[in-house]
Amino acid sequence: MELSGGQIVVQCLKDEGVEYLFGYPGGAVLHLYDAIFHQEDVKHILVRHEQAATHAADGYARATGKPGVVLVTSGPGATNAVTGIATAYMDSIPMIVISGQVPTAVIGSDAFQEVDMVGITRPCVKHNFLVKDVKDIAATMKKAFYVATTGRPGPVVIDIPKDITDPNIKVPYHYPRDISMRSYSPASKGHLGQIKKAVELILNAKRPVIYSGGGVVLGEASAELTQMTQILDYPITNTLMGLGAYPATNKQFIGMLGMHGTYEANLAMHESDVILAVGVRFDDRVTGKLAEFCPNAKIIHIDIDPASISKTVKVDVPIVGEVKQVLEQMMHLIQEHPSKPDTDALANWWAQINHWRTTQCLEFDRNSDIIKPQAVVEQLYAITKGDAYITSDVGQHQMYAAQFYHFDKPRRWINSGGLGTMGFGLPAAIGVKLAHPDMEVACITGEASIQMCIQELATAAQYNTPIKIINLNNRYMGMVRQWQELNYESRYSQSYMETIPDFVKLAEAYGHVGIRVEKPEEVQPALEKAFAMKDRTVFIDFLTDRTENVYPMIEAGKGHQEMTLRVAPGTPIERELA
Amino acid sequence: MRHIISILIENEAGALSRVAGLFSARGYNIESLTVAPTEDATLSRMTLVTRGNEDIIEQITKQLNKLIDIVKLIDLAEAAHVERELMLVKVKTNDTTREEVKRLSDIFRGKIIDVTNGSYVIEMTGTSEKLDAFVQALDESSIIETARSGPTSMSRGEDGLHL
Ligand SMILES: Cc1cc2nc3c(=O)[nH]c(=O)nc-3n(C[C@H](O)[C@H](O)[C@H](O)COP(=O)(O)OP(=O)(O)OC[C@H]3O[C@@H](n4cnc5c(N)ncnc54)[C@H](O)[C@@H]3O)c2cc1C
Ligand SMILES: Cc1ncc(C[n+]2csc(CCOP(=O)(O)OP(=O)(O)O)c2C)c(N)n1
Ligand SMILES: [Mg+2]
Repeated sequence: MELSGGQIVVQCLKDEGVEYLFGYPGGAVLHLYDAIFHQEDVKHILVRHEQAATHAADGYARATGKPGVVLVTSGPGATNAVTGIATAYMDSIPMIVISGQVPTAVIGSDAFQEVDMVGITRPCVKHNFLVKDVKDIAATMKKAFYVATTGRPGPVVIDIPKDITDPNIKVPYHYPRDISMRSYSPASKGHLGQIKKAVELILNAKRPVIYSGGGVVLGEASAELTQMTQILDYPITNTLMGLGAYPATNKQFIGMLGMHGTYEANLAMHESDVILAVGVRFDDRVTGKLAEFCPNAKIIHIDIDPASISKTVKVDVPIVGEVKQVLEQMMHLIQEHPSKPDTDALANWWAQINHWRTTQCLEFDRNSDIIKPQAVVEQLYAITKGDAYITSDVGQHQMYAAQFYHFDKPRRWINSGGLGTMGFGLPAAIGVKLAHPDMEVACITGEASIQMCIQELATAAQYNTPIKIINLNNRYMGMVRQWQELNYESRYSQSYMETIPDFVKLAEAYGHVGIRVEKPEEVQPALEKAFAMKDRTVFIDFLTDRTENVYPMIEAGKGHQEMTLRVAPGTPIERELA
Repeated sequence: MRHIISILIENEAGALSRVAGLFSARGYNIESLTVAPTEDATLSRMTLVTRGNEDIIEQITKQLNKLIDIVKLIDLAEAAHVERELMLVKVKTNDTTREEVKRLSDIFRGKIIDVTNGSYVIEMTGTSEKLDAFVQALDESSIIETARSGPTSMSRGEDGLHL
């Protein structure tokens, strides 16, 4: 079969089983768009900004485990995609980004809409390619999918000059079935000797904690993690990226850890003698002050990426491998092992943890006559029976979502953790809804974040992806305001916008339903009404308490043991807004 | 501590910039970097000299290994190794200094590869310290220019860095 470069790209996508291509056309990719026009297998989703193409593809990838695929033109199309590429990179999300490039003959001449996409994206991709020959397209596409989806996943950029997709130049097409690369071979099984050492530590622990994260979601190892945790009866905490990897409603779950994690999770880490870290990367939001991190614990770390191990925290037993396989190996050894966990020690440990739990660190004022953002998330959880896909933006609302929507399944919680990209939530929700049209999808956002990709309301209308937008509108960049309150004597420099649009009218302008909710007693009926409209995108604008802050909190430079619990009344922000 | 890292990397456009970019993005220092194709035209060999404590060097080698184009690497500080650097030095000469410079170059086993009325170009190989010592021994004001390759290196014995 002889095909042009443009046709080859599309055919490769079909052969990879790609359902959706998120993109935006332009000069350098017109040949490609013409090839797309002639087929229906790969459905193109036209976004309103290239950043949203990457976030939507990212949401699709997080919700399915399959790579998200993006197509953008050269120059501004390519640079607009960079934020989304970096977002995917930081959270290890598999993504393929095809960018147009100026014709080979003029590369390097500052041609119209030329940017060095390979150079610009180099620090925020797993790998990138510049295709210089139409005959190389198929093998490059195969390599790109292979690299993006194996090992520690990540985005891969393929930059294709316009002449390479010329419809008049045809070459035989063959999509390689397998690929092997001598320079790339991710580990799978863990080292048995290391796993044995780990099992000894685990079974002899007096105050164990399992600290698991995004790697368990990415590695599809929730079932193994859950089974092993329950066999051991050990407490487990998740990172922001790991939420759902272990059922949050199970009694062994002690909540998220880190900056806005629970008191019990952070204190358990601090007092622990053995930590089993599974698919986590000891991020600074998790560890707090490094010098005080888990002072008494031996640490076991399972990770597919050797560079994640001992990067910030030196570990005692490193295990490089696929989390699923390593947990299977580990579980097998635990079950065969003559000794069992020390039940007396464990009972004491649980008593201690349950004591910490009595602080009820997430409690908030339930009698307030202003809507509390936490209450909205609680209601959302109740109405969706905890079974919705939740995307979020970045800020306080993201933390409330993490704290109050109890994820029992992996891939349900879709947020930008590593880069913390405002604007992620709405396009990501569109990607998720396309992946799971029969599931409820809600985007928990804030009035500042939502405005960063608000134009995607048009995309949601065009492709009829009914999602529910839960806008926790506190008329502040709440997270910024909270830090200014704590560290800058409440000088709210630029964390407030004087002109916030009428979101109800805005939603209506895009053809959606808008609802404004101003009183606590209206929250539940509004949510019920919104979710009853199965086939509509509904924007619900909740006017929430402007003064509410996220607690508990580990303030900058502090350790796990120094958590700040709820803010005392009479603070400057309270006075100011009284 | 000083480490010499030898790298086999796919001989592809942009491979060098991936390595250099990694060092600048992560704030590691590069003392020197040499690169040239090997006997297998699909592979290049790089020799990179860097400094750092054990933890930093461990991260550097792990991060390098993560680069998709890198096929193999070895930290030569972990093994007995030989290293050589090439230097060209151009020095001013006149009737009174010519003999002296020649003698000094001979002591260091240098070769004079270009001669004019007023200058020599001296070629010298050796460890970086030896080249430093030669430069020190020269009268500073006589040096017109120096060009150094940075060290290149391999392990002693039968084992080697190959596919
Ligand atoms: C406003 C804000 C506040 C935040 N507050 C918190 C907070 O309080 N608590 C918190 O936890 N986070 C918080 N974060 C998120 C934080 O920045 C990090 O993104 C997060 O902690 C990283 O999660 P993780 O360690 O699970 O790693 P991830 O980024 O999910 O990385 C996954 C790890 O697993 C490995 N891995 C991937 N696949 C596999 C596999 N198949 N097998 C084995 N290993 C694998 C990877 O190599 C990597 O090391 C916050 C973010 C924002 C924006
Ligand atoms: C693109 C981008 N710019 C800036 C920031 C810094 N930032 C983090 S949270 C935040 C405020 C978010 O405000 P809002 O969306 O209203 O959420 P809230 O905190 O009020 O819930 C800002 C500006 C960011 N994370 N992303
Ligand atoms: Mg806000």
